[in-house]
Amino acid sequence: MASLVGSRVERKEDKRFLTGKGKYTADINIANQTYAVFVRSPHARAKIQKIDLSRALRASGVVSILTGDEIAKDKIGGLIAGWAIRSEDGTEMKIPANPPLAKEHANFVGEPIVVVIAESLDEAKAAAELVSVDYKVLKGVVNTAEAMNGETIHEGIDKNLCFDWLLGDRKAVEQAFAKADKIIKVDLINNRLVPNAMEPRACVTDYNTASEEITLYTTSQNPHLSRLIMSAFGGVAPENKLRVVAPDVGGGFGSKINVYNEEIVCSWASKKIERPIKWVAERTESFLTDTHGRDHVTHAELAVTNDGKFLGFKNETIANLGAYARVFGTVTPTYLFGPCATGVYVIPAAYTNVKAVYTNTAPVDAYRGAGRPEATYTIERLVEKAAMELGIDKTELRMRNFPKQFPFKQTLVHTVDSGDYGAGLEKAKKMSDYDGFQARRKKSEASGKLRGIGVSSYFEACGIAPSAAVMSLGCGVGLWESAEVRFNPTGQISVYTGSHSHGQGHDTTFAQIAADELGVAMENIDVVHGDTNKGTFGMGTYGSRSLTVGGVAIVNACRKIIAKGKKVAAKMLEVSENEIDFKNGEFVALKSNKKKTIGEIAFALYLPGSRDSDFKSQLPEGMEPGLIETAFFDPANFSFPAGTHICEVEIDPETGEVKVEKYTAVDDFGRIVNPNIVEGQVHGGIAQGIGQALYENAQYDETGQLITASYMDYTMPRADNFPEFNLGFTCTLATTNPLGVKGCGEAGAIASPPAVMNAVIDALGGQEITMPATAEKVWRACKSLKKSNYKAA
Amino acid sequence: MKTFNYHAPKDVNEASKLASVNSVFLAGGMTSIPSIKLGLASYKDVINIKHIKKLSGIKVAGKSLIIGSTTKHAEVASSKDVQKEIPSLAKLAGRIGDAQVRNRGTIGGSISNNDPSACYPSACMALNAIIHTNEREIEASNFFIGMFETALKKNEIVEAVEFQIPEKSNYQKHPNPASRYAIVGVYLAKYKDKVNVAVTGAKSCVYIDSDLSKKLSSNFSTSAIEGIKLDSSEMNSDIHASAEYRANLVMTYAKKAVEAC
Repeated sequence: MASLVGSRVERKEDKRFLTGKGKYTADINIANQTYAVFVRSPHARAKIQKIDLSRALRASGVVSILTGDEIAKDKIGGLIAGWAIRSEDGTEMKIPANPPLAKEHANFVGEPIVVVIAESLDEAKAAAELVSVDYKVLKGVVNTAEAMNGETIHEGIDKNLCFDWLLGDRKAVEQAFAKADKIIKVDLINNRLVPNAMEPRACVTDYNTASEEITLYTTSQNPHLSRLIMSAFGGVAPENKLRVVAPDVGGGFGSKINVYNEEIVCSWASKKIERPIKWVAERTESFLTDTHGRDHVTHAELAVTNDGKFLGFKNETIANLGAYARVFGTVTPTYLFGPCATGVYVIPAAYTNVKAVYTNTAPVDAYRGAGRPEATYTIERLVEKAAMELGIDKTELRMRNFPKQFPFKQTLVHTVDSGDYGAGLEKAKKMSDYDGFQARRKKSEASGKLRGIGVSSYFEACGIAPSAAVMSLGCGVGLWESAEVRFNPTGQISVYTGSHSHGQGHDTTFAQIAADELGVAMENIDVVHGDTNKGTFGMGTYGSRSLTVGGVAIVNACRKIIAKGKKVAAKMLEVSENEIDFKNGEFVALKSNKKKTIGEIAFALYLPGSRDSDFKSQLPEGMEPGLIETAFFDPANFSFPAGTHICEVEIDPETGEVKVEKYTAVDDFGRIVNPNIVEGQVHGGIAQGIGQALYENAQYDETGQLITASYMDYTMPRADNFPEFNLGFTCTLATTNPLGVKGCGEAGAIASPPAVMNAVIDALGGQEITMPATAEKVWRACKSLKKSNYKAA
Repeated sequence: MKTFNYHAPKDVNEASKLASVNSVFLAGGMTSIPSIKLGLASYKDVINIKHIKKLSGIKVAGKSLIIGSTTKHAEVASSKDVQKEIPSLAKLAGRIGDAQVRNRGTIGGSISNNDPSACYPSACMALNAIIHTNEREIEASNFFIGMFETALKKNEIVEAVEFQIPEKSNYQKHPNPASRYAIVGVYLAKYKDKVNVAVTGAKSCVYIDSDLSKKLSSNFSTSAIEGIKLDSSEMNSDIHASAEYRANLVMTYAKKAVEAC
């Protein structure tokens, strides 16, 4: 049987998605359900003085209206930060209370204050407009760089500082800098982004008065983790009385990791009113309250010698957490950022210092790449600037500083098991016709345009993560993954995974893996996920972990199935176990060549006797019937995909418009299970990265109003903003998992922003510009180019 | 609930009679429906004029191209007549919004709404359009009064827009990258004795740039307008574009439009 791993199998899930047969949370309706609408703070920072519900309570169709007082009375806990980060001085991070319904203070525009539950959505909306909240408006803290000088947002948290964290050795860095010929410096802003999943957040909650169980249907990337948090920290219900179902989910990008206010409130309220409740976010609510991404202000320096050797690196960053620290809010700008800050280079001394601040803006959390795009943007901007200042070709400078051997022990945290960064760069140069760039530049100039080329070589640490390692760094949970493989008596297989697919194509890739392991047709395998009542507990999907951690758990469970099957086959074929070989779905007795298919073995395990046999079981003595195996996989290390992306842009200096002319991506994801799906992941990541570089920007005004809270003002990139992506792959197998795979979900978004910005800056003759490089910004930069009579080199 | 009475009259008279201070005419609904949904507007009566057959269609009559008010953008974009007589107008229609908008939005709806960033008003201004209503004929220059404001009375319905076919014309648009409305749109039309340069997006209402029009009328070349400094003091400034940048775009696209003619 040909191997399915590595082949372009069409996505099994697409039939249901493309024919409208998907089932999303908003598609779920339960008899007798009510509808929730949230009254949200219109102010960035305000004291809640009085809430008057009297008019709203009299409105038509109102079932119940609940506030922060009631939720506090019922001792329902707030939202949590999942990682405890310690400051450089040894003190623990400062975390404010984050109640599901704000009681005394509102700290960002959109924060929920009151929930109105009514018989219909229209009635709930109408009643919500009658809720009167008396606010004392306070001066908000909005600007990231200025946050430490603003008024204290949360009582007892001085300078609005959550932590002041250090990774690395300041002294070693100072010594390295003292030896440098040149110090390259950059000041960067990593712009704030709204994740914009196609499906807005939603939940449907259903309390069963007989079983006393709450069922929460929700838009989550990690239903098991949500249940754990809601049970252990929220106190909503014990785990055995709380079922969390995340059905089809239309994109997450990190924004659906968190348990949100609305899920907690509706679950709790459903029990209180003993009726189902449905809530679906409107797009404006998504803009205002989904966790945002990035928002760093960085000063970084690279110490180099005149012949282009990197000696030291320092990074001083202020990271905006928003109003509250959420699940991955504190780890994103620390352990997902700092360890990757030195990029794909040998840099003997390095440190990263991060000051994480609170502001009166939406909470900032993981967004596709989480920390690694920020790290890559910093180092790759520095390296490109170094190349310019040293007069060394940008690819040559990178080559000189790549590690020559693997495993590669980085200065900061990671030991990278495998890679070949030079091979990726060489391939990207060829595929992009790097050497032909000057000719293309001349051609652009002849028509009055500016042309630039930018390179971004990256690695990232994903496949999160070894449990002991992350727990030692402050993670509140282990990041293993589980799988259960169940044979039906008649031979079909259900594969349960604790990870969750919200667009990644697990139904297909996981079936490919299991089909190869078990030697059965893919059509006989169904992948099941997203329901805490089905299969084993799992940690969910984020950090490009599903295949490298969850996929391996599936492999291991399959191998346990085969091990059990072998014992049965040995008995049935009357040979010893070590005389049995398993191949292509068949157990073969080596000497006699007699065979039993895995289906026959499964059948025998469920029906271990027959009319013609005697009283003796077909199973080895003492063996339990049934064929179900479970595996938990805890990886030994992160997974380290890497590669080089090369971008070429053309600028019209009269309008400042930037056109991405060519985009080449060469990635090393180890073994590729399904090239179609991997290419799709890379495309999506690059699209979001180009979006960050050229278009997207979540902008608050000085009072803390989000002024880009709709698609009229927030620019999502569209297909006509992109050229055809030119994709290539190199392969060094991961050595830390049996599949040899590396994560691929975030790489595109990690590598692309610096590739694009380096190209824009190259076109502008080295003139620096902040993301997003909008047409007006670029036009202004072009104007100052003209003034200085700069001619692109 | 935002409730309203829905009417679908079969002729213009009936539609006009239904109108009041609390009503809205509905054609494509590309602005009125979202406004109602978002709570920005509410009406007692919504009068759908899409079923009035005579309001839709495209015809050429002598030196005029006449487009019925409920003709959709997609129909204008793909019309052989429009493509032949005023190709820039077909192109303009083909770049409004997205495919869904072009298959519902209408020319009459667009000009009656007079969004300061809409494309069609600039075409009306540059192409000496006459707006035919159920009551009168209004020249484009008297029709567009201010931001979202036109000369239309409450019960007045646009029936057709009559464009004067030019010798040459061109429309240049710098779309807002988010909404794809015009940050600046420049419509240039050249007639035998006169050139019109109409600008949308730059100010609170579409206008004819008289300076550019005059210079190009006497000498139709980019050199004629080279170095002109536009006054940006009345131009819009927002998160997408400053007034200074808009002024630059008007000049840049005016030149591009001349080059394209």
